[in-house]
Amino acid sequence: MVNTVFVRTYCAPDYNKKEILRYAGVSGDAPELNALLQECLDEMAGKLVYRACYREFAVTHYDSYLDLGFIKTESVGLKKNLYGCESIILFAATVGMEIDRLIARYATVSPTKSLLFQAIGAERIESLCEAFCREVAEEKAKIGFKTRPRFSAGYGDFPLEVQKEIFAVLDCPRKIGLTLNQSLLMSPSKSVTAIIGVGK
Amino acid sequence: MKITDYLKNNIIYLDGGMGTLLQEQGLRPGELPERWNLTHPEVIQRIHRDYFEAGSHVVNTNTFGANRLKFSAEELEDIVKAAIANARAALAESHGKQLKWVALDIGPTGRMLKPYGDLDFEDAVSVFAETIKLGAKYGADLIFIETMNDSYETKAALLAAKENCDLPVFVSNAFGEDGKLMTGADPSAMVALLEGMGADAIGVNCSLGPKALVGVVEEYLKYASVPIILKPNAGLPKVINGKTVYDVLPEEFAMGVADLVHRGVRIAGGCCGTTPAYIAATIKASADAVPAKIEKKNITCVSSYTHSVVFGESPVLIGERINPTGKKLFKEALKAHDIDYILKEGITQQEKGAHILDVNVGLPDIDEVKMLKEAICELQGIINLPLQIDTSNAMAMEVALRRYNGKAMINSVNGKQESMDAVFPLAKKYGGLVVALTLDENGIPDKAEGRLAIARRILAQAEKYGIEKKDIIFDPLAMTISADGHAAKETMRAVGLIKNELGCHTSLGVSNVSFGLPGRDMVNGTFFALALGQGLSAAIMNPYSQEMMKAYHTYRALAGLDDNCTDYIAFAESMPQTVASPTPEKIGTTPSKDEFGSELQKAIAKGLKEQAAELTEKMLGTTAPLAIVQDEIIPALNVVGVGFENKTVYLPQLLMSAEAAKSAFEVIKSKMSGEKATDKCAFVIATVKGDIHDIGKNIVKLILENYGFPVTDLGRDVAPEAVVEETIRLHAPIVGLSALMTTTVPAMEETIKQLRQNAPWCKIVVGGAVLNQEYADAIGADKYAKDAMETVRYAEEINRGLKGANNDF
Repeated sequence: MVNTVFVRTYCAPDYNKKEILRYAGVSGDAPELNALLQECLDEMAGKLVYRACYREFAVTHYDSYLDLGFIKTESVGLKKNLYGCESIILFAATVGMEIDRLIARYATVSPTKSLLFQAIGAERIESLCEAFCREVAEEKAKIGFKTRPRFSAGYGDFPLEVQKEIFAVLDCPRKIGLTLNQSLLMSPSKSVTAIIGVGK
Repeated sequence: MKITDYLKNNIIYLDGGMGTLLQEQGLRPGELPERWNLTHPEVIQRIHRDYFEAGSHVVNTNTFGANRLKFSAEELEDIVKAAIANARAALAESHGKQLKWVALDIGPTGRMLKPYGDLDFEDAVSVFAETIKLGAKYGADLIFIETMNDSYETKAALLAAKENCDLPVFVSNAFGEDGKLMTGADPSAMVALLEGMGADAIGVNCSLGPKALVGVVEEYLKYASVPIILKPNAGLPKVINGKTVYDVLPEEFAMGVADLVHRGVRIAGGCCGTTPAYIAATIKASADAVPAKIEKKNITCVSSYTHSVVFGESPVLIGERINPTGKKLFKEALKAHDIDYILKEGITQQEKGAHILDVNVGLPDIDEVKMLKEAICELQGIINLPLQIDTSNAMAMEVALRRYNGKAMINSVNGKQESMDAVFPLAKKYGGLVVALTLDENGIPDKAEGRLAIARRILAQAEKYGIEKKDIIFDPLAMTISADGHAAKETMRAVGLIKNELGCHTSLGVSNVSFGLPGRDMVNGTFFALALGQGLSAAIMNPYSQEMMKAYHTYRALAGLDDNCTDYIAFAESMPQTVASPTPEKIGTTPSKDEFGSELQKAIAKGLKEQAAELTEKMLGTTAPLAIVQDEIIPALNVVGVGFENKTVYLPQLLMSAEAAKSAFEVIKSKMSGEKATDKCAFVIATVKGDIHDIGKNIVKLILENYGFPVTDLGRDVAPEAVVEETIRLHAPIVGLSALMTTTVPAMEETIKQLRQNAPWCKIVVGGAVLNQEYADAIGADKYAKDAMETVRYAEEINRGLKGANNDF
């Protein structure tokens, strides 16, 4: 079997305004922000792309480490998360470059809008990940498997350095235009990589 | 035979996928396929040979990712040498009678260029240059740049090829299902950029199957004057019965590609998932195709990193506001290195409807080369309009053209030999649309015929430099009618003559026509309309000018360029009413004003930008500027600041107030010249090296400025040395550092270390998502501030201490 990286493109998931406001630092009610938030959402309409790429690997459990097929890791947190899993879906998702440009564009003329775009971007990538994970869960359920909550490099004792290997095996720059810089930051910034455990 | 000669009368077939075939041979996930040139030469040679046997004229070496970011210099040389040797061996062994060539394959670096990534443009050029030099050294027949999904990186690679070898260069980009590159460029933008720089063939590869790429290929066929490449995927991978297969099979693939070869594609092959069988089928399916003639499209255009702007269809508006001539505040901003000022001018002109932005930052006492480069880079980071680079400094022009992410407009050349010798070579190398002024050593001819004669001479010279007529746009120079009543008439005649006699486009700096007259806007608008009637293609103008915009929109509607008058109607409806409109209260309800000391305080506290500016303007008639700051702005900010600290006001609301306060400050600033507006100490702020997140830093900066601190913002990804240098230069008592990632905290620590050594007087306050008190202590900061307000409180504390200790500060 030739293991290939697959790409999926999604339509824009519905907005969750409450989540956006939460990301912007609003924990209560702030009706005076509604108009400005709507202005931002209108301006952004049609500019984002929702892409994910992924690849499936078999998992082998050893006493002190896990073999994920593309790396071996001693992460206790991940071991716990993947307990009982036979395979993993390794994925990367991004909403693209435009949101970074909007955040930067308003940094000078309207920091409030810049902050709101930042929050919108956070909510968008989160919604994209949810959509992807939901779809994977449904597909796996059909063949009798369950999925675990997604787990990213940098969570607990699963080192961020793993990003390098993740980018290599998913071919992220080519598949979805996602790159990793030397500080292990991703560009476009509103992006996520993670592992979804798959087991009975 | 050179491939470019063969291409003149023939269709060229390329090879197909390499990576997918190597995986079948056991290439592991994440393993670098380029190493297989050394470890499995027989596998690589067999794949190349199979393609030659299938009928390919060209195979691409297995060097997609062969660059210095992935390999040492030594290994890179070994790989490139072996890769070319493998392809040559396959070529020698293969039986086909077709002509055969070996292309050095160049793929993307996998890193994002600045400002959104961390790879500098020049570093990208060097990375590509190194591989290309090796390719030329070991005997590649051509350079094949492919699968590029960013326009800027494509430019870096093409520039490297042009500067480091004499081989033909083919360039192919990867477009998504939305018809754009991952970073936004559409096909017309890529055609403009790549043709301008002299690519020998351009086109598309990867991403999708042949049918899904039809739209993109059609755009290439429409705009390009060079041969077009098509190298699609075998559709998309699918899992069928546990096996991964691509969903477009050879016959269907071949039909799709052959259809586009019949429609004009001249260079065809395959990408991911294709095999020698796909190539053989494609050659068979297109055997009856007659090589399409490569037509010169005669399209005059410029481009940005997202789109092109074509001249001659609808009038093109070139915003003139980024130019210090006659603008006091702009000059001050340039001297103070206030890039934000330039960015704001750019954004506002775009919002007003400009299609292109002129960029002129020339002032006698600034380093124009450095400033222009910075302005271009910053502008193109956030504004997707094509830029017109406006300078008489040839060195500044070259630096700006080099960094520009697209095909720029070059302002300007004129009929003087010296000017043409300086500008034309740059236009040839970097591409560009040259604005040519119809003047020469003897000045500006009075009569239109004289200007036409100069235009002819300029065209003749341009041709010598290999620059085509379509890449010259003439400015026949608008002169003021207050000095010569026939000036406008002659200029308009020149527009007509140049269009009809030479078939060239024209652009005018319209507002010169009214110099010295009252109500200039009215004269400008009418002159613009008349000139458009004579065939003017573009104007350098002020997009804030209502009369100009009226002329533009009405002309388009009258000339049948505006379907159903849609744009005109939208414009007309957006015109301000003569009756004063109610207060722009889009933010919601206002509480009773009794809570606040004044209307202005209320406007600031509620974040009403326009109102705050208007009220300040009004108040300045009766109140001293500093009193407004002390008694109005600061108290209002304090109310909001305290609310934020008590969690009754949230961050976005704090920012809205800060923006309103800033707009009030700007009104005050424009009324005060020389007077010192603040008694606060200097504050240097930066996001540390390696970190490109700056929203937190920007918020802190804004709030600090509100409280009167003169903030010097060094930006993001700032080297420790740069922070030290600026701190010493200003003898700044406070430095603020921001970091978002754990991986960049060491850079923060290093910055603090260097500051302690070289600027021991300064206090260092740190902040950012990953920081806390413990971290801050560990890296030796004086203060950890959890948010902007805490930073302000700390800065005020330091400022008070300074004033107590030393009145000279």
